Amino acid sequence: MAAPAGDCGRVLHVLAVDDNSVDRAFIVRLLANFRHRVTAVESGVRALELLGMDPDVSMIITDYWMPEMTGFELLKRIKESKELKKIPVVIMSSENVPTRITMCLKEGAEEFLLKPVQQSDVSRLFSRLMR
Amino acid sequence: MDVRLLQRQWVDHISALFFREGFLDAQFTQLQQLQDASTPDFVVEVVTLYFEDADRLLNNLWNTLSQPVVDFKKVDAQVHQLKGSSASIGAQRVKNTCVCFINCCEEGDLEACFGCLHRLKLEFTQWKSKLEALFRIEQQIVAAGGSLPMI
Repeated sequence: MAAPAGDCGRVLHVLAVDDNSVDRAFIVRLLANFRHRVTAVESGVRALELLGMDPDVSMIITDYWMPEMTGFELLKRIKESKELKKIPVVIMSSENVPTRITMCLKEGAEEFLLKPVQQSDVSRLFSRLMR
Repeated sequence: MDVRLLQRQWVDHISALFFREGFLDAQFTQLQQLQDASTPDFVVEVVTLYFEDADRLLNNLWNTLSQPVVDFKKVDAQVHQLKGSSASIGAQRVKNTCVCFINCCEEGDLEACFGCLHRLKLEFTQWKSKLEALFRIEQQIVAAGGSLPMI
């Protein structure tokens, strides 16, 4: 199934963060299907290292539950940073915990997605970003 | 073997996996839809990652449950991880078995947890052999010059 063609031609750079190899492979393919550039890392620590070297990222999509640094902690660090705070951060979780969702949105998350993420979720995200 | 026969075998096998036996759910369909000419081995690659991930997690679970003092929070976290990847791959029965396991963890019932782990291993082994059989048919179809049917 082909991805929607030519989303205004703008190529976004998306940073995906997930400690699980299966989920990482899946989200990368899902995002890449929309013809954007995707970088995937396995931890929040790695994500911050990468952002330190290349802050030109259009969107960060991160798993919530990760060892060392949760997606929420990563979100906070990004929103506290002058250089990075404008980057939209999307949180993914396999669990539907309303207090968790509220907490992430309050901290500035763009959106909270339930896993497994669907093509329609990603399509919606990109449409919003393009506007 | 005749390509059409192989393709029929593939459809039968996949229908059984989805509908009759409940091994796969809609998430697996999403994986198949993400596979195209530019990523012809996507499904096999992700499934292989899952085989490795699940193997590792099942071993870890055995180790955690075998400790003199069992850390049920750790067991719970590990089962959650397996539930997560099983959901991402569309391994419906494995995922559902994880849900039962999580309930046993919450009750701190060690014997029931071992029972769940045993069931989990069985479910995973079955799922793995069914998927491997499916991939074998796919390889035969491609080798015979055919293509996978649209489902």
